[in-house]
Amino acid sequence: MKSVKNHLSLVIALLSILFSMQVFFIVERSIEAYKVNLASSYSVIAVSKKPLESSEIVKINKIISSVQELSPDSVIKRLSSDMKNTNVELLKLTLPKFYKLSLAYYPTSEEVKELRADLLANNSITKVEDFSHTHGTTYKLLLLFKNVVSLFAIVVLIVTVLLIFKELRIWQYKHNERMTIMGLFGAALWLRSAVLFRLAIVDALIASFLAFGIFFYMSSYPWVLEQLGSIGINIVIFNPINDFLIILGVAISISIVLASLIVIGHKEEA
Amino acid sequence: MNKVIIARDLTLSYSSNETIINKVNFSIDSGSFVFITGASGSGKSTLVKSIFGALKPKQGSLVVGGVELNRVSRSKLNLLRRHIGIVFQDYKLIKEWTIDKNIMLPLLINGYVKSVANNQVDKLLKHVRLNHQSGKYPLELSGGEQQRVAMARALSHNPILILADEPTGNLDEYSSQLIWNLLEGANSQLKTTVIVVTHHIPKTISTDYKHFHIEYGSINEIR
Repeated sequence: MKSVKNHLSLVIALLSILFSMQVFFIVERSIEAYKVNLASSYSVIAVSKKPLESSEIVKINKIISSVQELSPDSVIKRLSSDMKNTNVELLKLTLPKFYKLSLAYYPTSEEVKELRADLLANNSITKVEDFSHTHGTTYKLLLLFKNVVSLFAIVVLIVTVLLIFKELRIWQYKHNERMTIMGLFGAALWLRSAVLFRLAIVDALIASFLAFGIFFYMSSYPWVLEQLGSIGINIVIFNPINDFLIILGVAISISIVLASLIVIGHKEEA
Repeated sequence: MNKVIIARDLTLSYSSNETIINKVNFSIDSGSFVFITGASGSGKSTLVKSIFGALKPKQGSLVVGGVELNRVSRSKLNLLRRHIGIVFQDYKLIKEWTIDKNIMLPLLINGYVKSVANNQVDKLLKHVRLNHQSGKYPLELSGGEQQRVAMARALSHNPILILADEPTGNLDEYSSQLIWNLLEGANSQLKTTVIVVTHHIPKTISTDYKHFHIEYGSINEIR
């Protein structure tokens, strides 16, 4: 029971750090995936007074991935019922050219402004419709969501670090006596600190495996998948190798820093 | 005769304005049994601390087991401490370790093989009459028994020097007598140098032992 208690405090603290970190990663991935979805359905319309080559338009800004010329037929159809064919052809020639620009990724508001300016800098392009109002609202919502989650992760991190520092004092008190006694009999620093580092690493391993279990289960939990599917997002919630290695690395690093702080702060008494 | 401790003009202090031990000269022969007495606050424990290197001399020199403690490195100090056994009034046992592991500590530090260390622990537990308490934790034992564990730990690695700071200060008559017997046994049978810091010397103990008395920062040889 005492042994479980010894481990529990650090394991819980580490677990909350790992949990907030992984949640942040999941949100980050979801937003990125959602941006890809948005990018595929988001486009900019450019109006040109003379025909332009697709390659020429693509060169204007690196964010433009492809260009599609919009046919004026649907507009002309509505007007052409009483018109002669020759007039229709003449009208076609005088109408400006409409181009639908697809983007490589979902742009920031600044990138939309920059794209608009670059397009209008071209002498042939007379008008650009970037749907900035719709874009701005969606983008701000995404940013808000990301910021709220980041804030939540930072708050959890701060609270946990404070808890860990409190735990550090208890550990320092607990281990100081043992380290001092070992020092009286000539134990080298590594031997005096060995128990502490072993305990820290064991706690890091326990916390990492618990986090692995939680997220591995979560990644196949139907409700989570359903929620993400409903907004058209298909992401890897938890990568059992990469994510676990990151979690393990973070947990071991924090534990080792913690143990090192105790060893550095150790003052020999006699 | 070889000297295990040589102090020349030794001055000890914790702060710059208060001197505890002032320019004392003394030496202790290897294999001798020495008492250091003095009133509370006279500097007995301070002297013990300096002998095992927990307090560096402010002035003068202190040589223990051939090691000059004024400028000793941490690694050399560790090596020296591996040849010293220490007994404190408050036992200084590791509470979360069994008494067996506590006794084994100096052996593990000195690199003994586990099986050899285990045999040595068994012998020592019998020697201090605690073999029936094997596997228990220090707080499960009485004060006298804990001090016997501390004695066994101090003896376990056959040190060249045993430092005992008020070893019987908290003990009843029976336990005190056992501790004195163990200290005398180590000195007579193993030829270990024993330095005991105490308020008073028990009447039952030999009067042949060397005796230093500390008073007003100076150390006087009584016999």
